[in-house]
Amino acid sequence: MFYREAGDFSTTYQADAQTFPIKYERWGYYAILAVAFGVVPFFINDYWANAVMIPFLIYAIAALGLNILTGYCGQVSLGTGGFMAVGAYAVYKLMTSFPEVNIAFHVLGAGLVTAGVGVLFGLPSLRIKGFYLAVATLAAQFFLVWLFNKVPWFYNYSASGQITAPERTVFGVVVTGPNTDAAAKYLFCLVFVFLCAWLARNLTRGSFGRKWMAIRDMDIAAEIIGVYPLAAKLSAFAVSSFFIGVSGALFFSVYLGAVEVTEAFGIQKSFLVLFMIIIGGLGSIFGSFAGAAFLVLMPVLLKNILVGQLGWPTDLATHFEFMIVGALIVTFLILEPHGLAQLWRVTKEKLRLWPFPH
Amino acid sequence: MKLKLATLALGAVMAAAPALADLVIPSLSYRTGPYAPNGIPVADGFADYLTLLNERDGGIGGVPIRMIECETGYNTEKGVECYESTKGEGSLVYSPLSTGITYQLIPKASADGIPVHSMGYGRTSAANGKVFEWVFNHPATYWDGASIAIKHIMEQEGGDISGKKIALVYHNSAYGKEPIRTLEELAKKHGYELTLLPVDHPGQEQKSQWLQIRRERPDYVLMWGWGVMNQVAIQEAANIRFPMDHFIGVWWSGSENDTLPAGAGADGYKALALANPGTNYPLFDELKTYVYDKGLSAGAGDQHGYVLYNRGVYQAMLTTEAVRKAQEIHGVADITPAMMRDGLEALEITEERMAELGLPEFGPAFSLSCENHGGSGLAKIQQWDAGSKTWSVVTDWIASDRSIIDPLIAEDSQAYAAENGIEERCN
Repeated sequence: MFYREAGDFSTTYQADAQTFPIKYERWGYYAILAVAFGVVPFFINDYWANAVMIPFLIYAIAALGLNILTGYCGQVSLGTGGFMAVGAYAVYKLMTSFPEVNIAFHVLGAGLVTAGVGVLFGLPSLRIKGFYLAVATLAAQFFLVWLFNKVPWFYNYSASGQITAPERTVFGVVVTGPNTDAAAKYLFCLVFVFLCAWLARNLTRGSFGRKWMAIRDMDIAAEIIGVYPLAAKLSAFAVSSFFIGVSGALFFSVYLGAVEVTEAFGIQKSFLVLFMIIIGGLGSIFGSFAGAAFLVLMPVLLKNILVGQLGWPTDLATHFEFMIVGALIVTFLILEPHGLAQLWRVTKEKLRLWPFPH
Repeated sequence: MKLKLATLALGAVMAAAPALADLVIPSLSYRTGPYAPNGIPVADGFADYLTLLNERDGGIGGVPIRMIECETGYNTEKGVECYESTKGEGSLVYSPLSTGITYQLIPKASADGIPVHSMGYGRTSAANGKVFEWVFNHPATYWDGASIAIKHIMEQEGGDISGKKIALVYHNSAYGKEPIRTLEELAKKHGYELTLLPVDHPGQEQKSQWLQIRRERPDYVLMWGWGVMNQVAIQEAANIRFPMDHFIGVWWSGSENDTLPAGAGADGYKALALANPGTNYPLFDELKTYVYDKGLSAGAGDQHGYVLYNRGVYQAMLTTEAVRKAQEIHGVADITPAMMRDGLEALEITEERMAELGLPEFGPAFSLSCENHGGSGLAKIQQWDAGSKTWSVVTDWIASDRSIIDPLIAEDSQAYAAENGIEERCN
């Protein structure tokens, strides 16, 4: 009924190799893009932008980044919070050092700086793997947070150690600072999300992605068939850290506007992003979005239902929020250990056959 | 059943008629997480005072108060969500009870034209009203607190503390780092030696800091702690048998919830006080009649009279007095956030007014002006008695060293003004 592939013929190699080979899906994708770029900006208000859409978009970039490293290349990382901090402090230093430059370049620059730092902390991955690598990246997490607390140069010697985003523009439109229009913020983040997702998708289905997956599935076998582990692992670290750096830069400059490193980029952030990709689905672009949506939107939704609609006391509602989100995570993982992305894949299969399952 | 129907009907009427005037006061509180032991009493005190005004006087100037509580968990991301979800309701003033969230809100609220009142926390240089039009931090700032603590130490040492060692145990965040610059300046002036000992969020792990204190034996330890960090620090100090009367916390590190867990070991611990502890005020009789006995207490109702509960009451008192002032200035009962700002700026708390409110000699008498958003900068020292489980005030109001603090405030606020292109007001 739905998802008919009948009559959908690929007549060229290009048509066969495209991201969404099924016409129905392709149109759905175009429709989502059209709504996200063309409709949402006209209706978005401060609450929807700052409490819902922007955190979702930014965490989606972080989840994409970690998914490349952990989901595609099989290198477990607990350093996401630290790498986001690198992105945030890099963009802060760039913003304050070169105020006249377009902020978009600063965000990309912050991504590149983070990529460099990521490669540095990825070096141990050549010798250790699995849980031991997780511990090594955990060290990165703690070291980076400590560094940004310890060295006053990173926060321009401010008395409180806080970094605050000054007002910066893209083509004359303000995107950081307090006077930003909700739609401008949203579109700025959306462009980065779109580019990152597009890049991630095309990297993962090209030769890079295949090398990463070969390393993930069995590194010795990959080496035997000619994958150079040094290049594969470090490129995964670089690309992943680039994404995470971009998300950290946006997180600080566009979303929060002022952060202190311990509170904003602590170990809990690393876990949050890791949970996103586990719940969303390891090794899946859609999964990164689904996981980010689940963990960002669910608490806000529950808060609005429990406190806003049912009028519960705030503390009770918060405790219930933890319990409900926790229970949902456990339920989802029991029902579908491969995450929301696999759930979607199974649904798709069912929809293709429906209403004749045999 | 009838009552239920009546409440339902009333609820329906109220939902259907949002045009009814009310004074919206958001309460960004935290009743969960590692800072809850301190967040709960403040939120309870704040809510109970507002309930009292609604029950007894029908609000302020005849307009009922609508308090919207929003749980932040002391987390900036949730704080943003709370701010965005409440600002559309016509919120008059934000008091987020978190320095991190205050830093977030200062530019946002200034752009939206909503005042922020960070009572004894937040950005110290916001005391300069010339630069920070929408931000208030009366009655005293962290830098006042640091100076007052040092003054108290000098008094104990007979006026000379050169060569003494003073350690600062602080929450490794914007909050904890605030006093450092003042303490460094004061060290230059008075010649003491300052040791800095940061404690990371949430503050449960302090063994190494206290080991260092045990090794270096500083003469005094100051603390800028919050949440579970306070309890742990006091326990650790008791464990290494540090003389408790040489251990002084800021006003956020001195409540029953911090000292009770350490039992007898906490005896003699000192802390700064913004207002007096205890329930020995006429206001508490009224709270009992109109709030407690009617079962309208916020939270579990077990915090009455605690230091931080009184802090919440004090916060609510300062807020509502500013509302009254705004109503008086503009001659309108249903005020806007911009009018509220005018009310805050013209706020004057006198001894007579405090007595009228049932809180005689509760806090310092002070007044604000266009330039001064920081209040009097006075605080007292209170000391914990583990036997009777009470705090008692041991000094009179102590004034801070303005010769050190004023230049620091001017410097920091100028830097902020230059960074954000703000023109000085009040000229």
